[in-house]
Amino acid sequence: MMSLIAVAAAFFALLFGMPAFAPLVARAFPDVVPPIYGFASFPAMLLSHAEIVAVAALAAVASALASGVFVTREAGRQFRPILGAVATIGQTFPPVAVLAIAVPALGYGEGPTFVALALSGFLPIVANVIAGIETVPQAVREAALGMGLSPLQVLVQVELPLAAPVMLAGIRTAVAIMIGTATIGSTVGAVTLGTPIIDGLVGDKLPYVIEGASVVALFAILVDMALDRIERRLGARTSRPMPARRP
Amino acid sequence: MIEIEGVTRIEGGRPIVDRVTFSVAAGQFCALVGSSGAGKSTTLKMINRMVAKSAGTIRIGGADVSTLDPQSLRRRIGYVIQSIGLFPHWTVAENIATVPRLLGWDKARIRARVDELIDLVRLDRDHAGRYPHLLSGGQQQRVGVARALAADPDLLLMDEPFGALDPITREALADELALIHHRTGKTILFVTHDLDMALRLADRIAIMDGGRLIQFAPPIEILEAPANAFVRDLVGRSALGLKLLAIRRVGDRVRPGLAAAGEPLASSASLADALSEMVVRRTDRLPVADSGGAILLSDIVA
Repeated sequence: MMSLIAVAAAFFALLFGMPAFAPLVARAFPDVVPPIYGFASFPAMLLSHAEIVAVAALAAVASALASGVFVTREAGRQFRPILGAVATIGQTFPPVAVLAIAVPALGYGEGPTFVALALSGFLPIVANVIAGIETVPQAVREAALGMGLSPLQVLVQVELPLAAPVMLAGIRTAVAIMIGTATIGSTVGAVTLGTPIIDGLVGDKLPYVIEGASVVALFAILVDMALDRIERRLGARTSRPMPARRP
Repeated sequence: MIEIEGVTRIEGGRPIVDRVTFSVAAGQFCALVGSSGAGKSTTLKMINRMVAKSAGTIRIGGADVSTLDPQSLRRRIGYVIQSIGLFPHWTVAENIATVPRLLGWDKARIRARVDELIDLVRLDRDHAGRYPHLLSGGQQQRVGVARALAADPDLLLMDEPFGALDPITREALADELALIHHRTGKTILFVTHDLDMALRLADRIAIMDGGRLIQFAPPIEILEAPANAFVRDLVGRSALGLKLLAIRRVGDRVRPGLAAAGEPLASSASLADALSEMVVRRTDRLPVADSGGAILLSDIVA
């Protein structure tokens, strides 16, 4: 809890207090004017960044949940290998390449960024949805059906709650990756925290790169820690041994 | 109560259960005995439609189960499995309340019923709020039995319920199951590969082999008149006499009017218990409670 509060404090201090660093940056990089990136405010860039990630994450979660549940049903079992293959191919496609392909179709701006993020988030989530549902012991499923739960009740009351910690671990991994990856959206005109990074790289202004990167990094860490807490709480409530944590 | 008629299950072209026919009267305790692959579990699962039958009919209380909605059928039948299958994300009380909750009982009624069942299966009421993984295997299966009994079903299906437990826990739970059967008067179908367990608990035993019903009879008849070589082999010649003593009751052999000294035996005790008591007390006669009589050593052998 303490570390979460510390990271949150550092994040918000940096987000809103960036102008306070101006004298420091000016002394270290006298050539860069203004010392703090000024074409858009950091809170505004964060909002836009978070919005793109949130929408992409929602789309990835919804589609991964739907397809993961489908291929673990009797009717959809035969599609499981296909889903695995599609998701793996989706993952091997770098988001930058997706951006390049999506721009001609969707134009500049948030559209292609959103598609690239949702695609890259889909695999870790769907893999964990399937893994989570498959960790539910067969005996528990048999008992549930034998007690007279309908297949839908088994899914909603038994399988999904038991799979939740594993599913959430996948969502957490995906969201952390998506927050980082969203920065490249700025190369195709989306406003994100990657905007100062790209402008800094293009204009050879190192402070802008550092400013953007540090806010993105803290944002990713903060969201990851928050999701980790939810995941643990869920794990504790369902009273099952927690899935192995990511290193 | 249950009529099973010509029930068959074909898997991969081969019959797993082959034209099995028997019926169990209300309140009876019927054990299905056989080695693994004999088709006893499959027979049990066709009753609550966990497994579909290929042919034959099963009627419960006169109603053909294939005409009933599987969910409501299962809610009317208690079901206990070897691997227990408690819901790990629900507390003991929530697990027990599964079927009452599905049936839409109100909270107060569910709570009262859960308490009643925790007492019946002799769990501690402190266990109600705990999660299953904190309980021992024996306690978990007590919860499994309580969960099966929760909505007060007339019929209880038990698929090797004590198979995964250690021998001491198994014996204790078997004793309590006998007591629960006696107290609740449920009709019980109990799958086991342990003939001694079946002899002890059941009043009807169905012996199955290779998907066929070989013999369906009261325990005493299984021991005294095994239907064929397979049953004879299952019963085993060794200690047959002791097995017979274990299922005969003192009450049937008591001599009214005969006096004897000492602590009286219950008339429901087995002849094996009586013999054991005689050896321990170094006597050839024991008083029998509530009978105004006693039992002699020679009555045990008679």
